Amino acid sequence: MSSSQSKGFVDLSARKRVEILLDRGSMHELLSPFDKVTSPWLEKQGIVPQFDDGVVVAKGTIGAKSTVIAAIEGSFQGGSLGEVGGAKIAGLLELALEENKKGNPTAAVLLLESGGVRLQEANLGLGAIAEIQAGIVELRTYQPVVGVITGPVGCFGGMSIAAGLCSYLIMTREGRLGLNGPQVIEQEAGIDEYDSRNRDLIWGLTGGTQRFATGLADVLVDDDVDAMCKAVQGCLAKGVPAHHRSDEILGSLENLLKVDTSKQITADVAYQILTGVAKNDDK
Amino acid sequence: MTISENSGSLRGRRWFDALTHSAGREGPAPSLQVAEVNIAGQHCYVLLVKPEPENVFPRARAGEVGLLEGWGIAQAIDSIIEANTQAMAKPAVIAVVDVPSQAYGRREEALGIHQSLAAAVSAYARARLAGHPIVSLLVGKAMSGGFLAHGYQANRILALGDEGVQVHAMGKAAAARITLRTEEELDQLASEIPPMAYDLENYASLGMLDALIEVSSADSPDDQDVERVKGEIAHAVSDIKPGDVSLRRRLAGTNRKASRLVREMMRAQWDA
Repeated sequence: MSSSQSKGFVDLSARKRVEILLDRGSMHELLSPFDKVTSPWLEKQGIVPQFDDGVVVAKGTIGAKSTVIAAIEGSFQGGSLGEVGGAKIAGLLELALEENKKGNPTAAVLLLESGGVRLQEANLGLGAIAEIQAGIVELRTYQPVVGVITGPVGCFGGMSIAAGLCSYLIMTREGRLGLNGPQVIEQEAGIDEYDSRNRDLIWGLTGGTQRFATGLADVLVDDDVDAMCKAVQGCLAKGVPAHHRSDEILGSLENLLKVDTSKQITADVAYQILTGVAKNDDK
Repeated sequence: MTISENSGSLRGRRWFDALTHSAGREGPAPSLQVAEVNIAGQHCYVLLVKPEPENVFPRARAGEVGLLEGWGIAQAIDSIIEANTQAMAKPAVIAVVDVPSQAYGRREEALGIHQSLAAAVSAYARARLAGHPIVSLLVGKAMSGGFLAHGYQANRILALGDEGVQVHAMGKAAAARITLRTEEELDQLASEIPPMAYDLENYASLGMLDALIEVSSADSPDDQDVERVKGEIAHAVSDIKPGDVSLRRRLAGTNRKASRLVREMMRAQWDA
């Protein structure tokens, strides 16, 4: 565990985040930058690849329990997933699954700072994300898969779906979670539908505070290393949930079939629809 | 494509009707069709997401996978799993795929469309793990989050050999706008970078496509086309042996060397 001095988590690099979440000295990074397995597709498009392709994967222990952990580096290509980075996460989940099948309980923690598919590797990114999702759904029947979204990038595209598959989801106020990025929605649906420069609108709808309040995330945590370590340990300690959020189908569908779509939606209306509780607009 | 983008493609509907002899009924949402049929000797459930001009969510009227579609697919598949928990031979689930994209909208984000699509992904994956053979038949577009939610968890992916059948992370027009390129420039780039391409030949080189089915018309199939496709579906279903529940076979593609290398090296380092 990390030292007890108060320290932010959001500003840490992916590798540092992994090191801090794992029990001290237990981090065994797989396919580290020294292995130099880089994207075979980026250089052809004039982009300098990175030796870890922007994804750090490791095995180790958290609270003395075997855990694998993957962290996407939001500062490299917007945390986008290409062939190599995607294969690292999918491969990690597959190895953890094998351990569980051999009778060695192994949980997973996924730090999901990702814009989704890396457009320069389009179909290989999309295919890898399908494999990551398959890995989460199978692994979570054995041991919890904990997702963490802290910012600054947020979690979008296919990886937001992966977040929705996790056993537990931890967010900070600085984190955002949504399927489509604001600019893409504005581009496709118009500025009246979604104004990508309206910060209040976007954070109000997709930020960690709202996602936690509406039940789409399980834990809201301060941007603090110790608080994050505690939150992750707390989720792992709960074990496999009786029902995963992705499988709470009936109530979710009934709610949505009743939505009045004659006018646009606010964060308060979304709260009311998703929780069934009215929220007074006291702004 | 013969159909304009606004009203949505009719291909999915036509192939669904042809494969099921129009035995489809409305699924848990008006944009979903479900049928339980026999396809060339195989007991199958067939699922379609179709354009629904009256969809209460206006951003999901042209066949996009939106809030209702994701949760609806999940419910449809969940009830198939439930109805067959005791079955010795699990019926197959066939996803007829003609999805232009996921739905882009404010309501969608506000109400957690990512969670809805996760429900669909989970349901398909759980059905596969439970032993239901899952086969995707791509008859039109298979785009991005739409395809992840409806089709990409299948044991086998089949596609009609037609230029209207496209797999990609983002529709070409949208990708051009976002990357500030012309569609011609994207095509040029795609000709050198296989994963960037929209066509099926390049897609097949990634290892994810199990069969490319030649038909005389993808828009209005004749009887021979339909019989050929039924045969391919039945073949794919019977090829999926009990216990064959992973997606591992997709790794064999000629243009997926790095995906294999990464896994090999990680495995070697796992116990080191």
